Amino acid sequence: MSNDHISRENTDRVVSPYPWAPGFYPGDRPQIVTSRFQYDDAYTLERYHATGGYEGLRAALAKSPSEVSEEVKNATLLGRGGAGFPAGTKWGFTPQGVWPRYLVVNGDESEPGTYKDRLLMECDPHQLIEGCLIASYAAGLSQCFLYIRGEMALAHERVAAALDEAYAAGYIGKNILGTDFGVDIVLHTGAGAYVVGEETALIESLEGERGMPRLKPPYFPAAVGLYGQPTIVNNVETLANLPFIAKEGAAAYTAVGTATSPGTRMIAVSGHVVRPGVYEIVNGSTTFRDLLYGDEYCQGIRDGNDLKAFVPGGGSAPWFTADQLDIPFEGPQAGAAGSMLGSGAVMVMDSTTDIPAAALSLVRFYAHESCGKCVPCREGGTWLYRLVQRVVDGHGTDADLQTILDVGQSICPGDMPHASSERLGLDAVPFPYKMTTICFVGPSAYVPIHSAMTLFPEDFDALVTKRGERRSIPVMAGAGE
Amino acid sequence: MSRLSDHNVIVAKEIIARYPKPKSALIPLVHLSQQQNGYVTDDAMRHVAELIDVTPAEVYGTASFYEMFRFEPTGKYLVNICGTMSCQLMGAESLMHHAEHTLGVKAGSTTSDGLITLQHAECQAACTEAPTLQVNYRHRYRVTPEAFDELIADLRSGALDAEIPPHGTLGRNRQQIPADRTVGAPDPDDVTEGPAWIQVSPA
Ligand SMILES: Cc1cc2nc3c(=O)[nH]c(=O)nc-3n(C[C@H](O)[C@H](O)[C@H](O)COP(=O)(O)O)c2cc1C
Ligand code: SF4
Ligand code: FES
Repeated sequence: MSNDHISRENTDRVVSPYPWAPGFYPGDRPQIVTSRFQYDDAYTLERYHATGGYEGLRAALAKSPSEVSEEVKNATLLGRGGAGFPAGTKWGFTPQGVWPRYLVVNGDESEPGTYKDRLLMECDPHQLIEGCLIASYAAGLSQCFLYIRGEMALAHERVAAALDEAYAAGYIGKNILGTDFGVDIVLHTGAGAYVVGEETALIESLEGERGMPRLKPPYFPAAVGLYGQPTIVNNVETLANLPFIAKEGAAAYTAVGTATSPGTRMIAVSGHVVRPGVYEIVNGSTTFRDLLYGDEYCQGIRDGNDLKAFVPGGGSAPWFTADQLDIPFEGPQAGAAGSMLGSGAVMVMDSTTDIPAAALSLVRFYAHESCGKCVPCREGGTWLYRLVQRVVDGHGTDADLQTILDVGQSICPGDMPHASSERLGLDAVPFPYKMTTICFVGPSAYVPIHSAMTLFPEDFDALVTKRGERRSIPVMAGAGE
Repeated sequence: MSRLSDHNVIVAKEIIARYPKPKSALIPLVHLSQQQNGYVTDDAMRHVAELIDVTPAEVYGTASFYEMFRFEPTGKYLVNICGTMSCQLMGAESLMHHAEHTLGVKAGSTTSDGLITLQHAECQAACTEAPTLQVNYRHRYRVTPEAFDELIADLRSGALDAEIPPHGTLGRNRQQIPADRTVGAPDPDDVTEGPAWIQVSPA
């Protein structure tokens, strides 16, 4: 396979100015969640205090929980875990008068291409803890579980140490800052399973079960979640925004970005760009072109090559090409163009990319991560993986390409979203797809190969043996006539 | 003897007490046993079952779902090379070839001295720093063949002993919740109309 050149250049690539925050590049832009990344000791309580830490919590505790909750609602803080649902609205889905209710922090970051929650946990754990406390106060939560992906040893150490400091300083536990408000934050460790990032699977896992998503409805764990009680699940980055909102107010937050996508968001750009990295961008108005080509961001495609394609929102997102570069980070616009913004992960492929091999790496991922609960995902994912592997290995036929599409149809029936292509004269099919599975893992196994085959049919044609029309052998009634 | 040690039983009981239901401690306790023994043994799973009052089959049922739990002896260092898209685009396959060649084992196996287990892995949330690998879940970024060789030499010589604890140990520190500060885990079956800290006024 040809995406296969680790070169010495890797070591010569520009490295981020803060070696303790690998991959992160600051810029001349508003910093809401990464403001402390410039300090190599940002993870300590001392530094946190010196830089305005826990002032958001103080400001929140001076108000009533419903006022804080209202402030978050007014900020239109969109969830950063993938679905982009407003946090304030989600908190409102908890039923009246039912306690205890729980907060589960989704720190399971494992969507291909996504790298931001781990940075936030390693570099600024107190900001996350403060966010958890503000959310617990605003939504009246009884206990908080901070679920960190198992494969993040350093994040564990940093968050555990920060929690110990915060307990000792009176920020967590009983009578926080001398008020009646009290909540525990428990650090919980995952053990390696992508699907556990899905919120109902996360809850199953936290109950000590196999991490399989629950059947919907109920659609939101806010109604029925952990131990059957109302439960808020929020992503790490979502919560990391709360100290700012509590301290500076919703108006200061919505002053950045656009009305429908306010604030900033962290985006990881990986693959064939000059300066791959994690950038805190202004939400809503920044375009993919800014991000991929801007001097402050990725500085263009490596080696002066052309852009072939990019994945705009994590491995589950349908692919874009240069035709979509001017789309901004605005969910509905990405949706209309046939994809989604997902988890803030952009993976870039230049003109030298072996497209089928790249797609295979994602199909294999999702096939491998199927929990096995639904047949279309469990069987279909494996079929897709085997078929694509065969095609990539050069043993496939044109019939295999058709079978890939047929298997895909059984996971996502009907029109499959994809980007438009001027080159091929294709119109976009908007996101989302229909699905026969409980969660998005099944469809995600099909998405990359569907995008690749739709946007680059010639790359697949060149790989397979043409078998042509199957010849039917005429059966004669009377032989020898 | 691979049941939890007396010390670890004390740690286990502290962990269990943090959760509203003991079974929630299942995964953390299996991690604890893996930290003690280097992998997950049958005896340890029986012991965890006793501690959280479920059957051993339930412990195995859950534990076998998760990739970090290993049910057979594993090298002191588990080297996981990422092969997902961002790393694949940046040459993960050559890195894996190089690793197999250098270590003289195929991915999925352990070197004959029992020191290093090599594995294929999926996205490690370090995609901008591809190609990446993890040693006992600690990252190494932009790994070149030379950097890989250096890493292996350092692991063999013990130069990284302080930085990278043996397989099974996740963090060198563990959260401690002080007894005088904790609110305690609210029982989900004890349903009330408001959190303890908000005065619920009778309607
Ligand atoms: C298969 C799958 C994997 C997911 N993985 C993650 C993840 O790793 N981290 C995350 O925060 N959300 C993940 N999500 C989204 C969560 O289900 C949930 O929407 C999110 O944690 C809610 O938080 P937010 O509203 O703050 O974004 C995943 C969803 C699916 C379907
Ligand atoms: S779609 Fe796949 S991962 Fe999701 S619940 Fe079904 S089988 Fe499990
Ligand atoms: S793809 Fe290798 S770290 Fe994400």
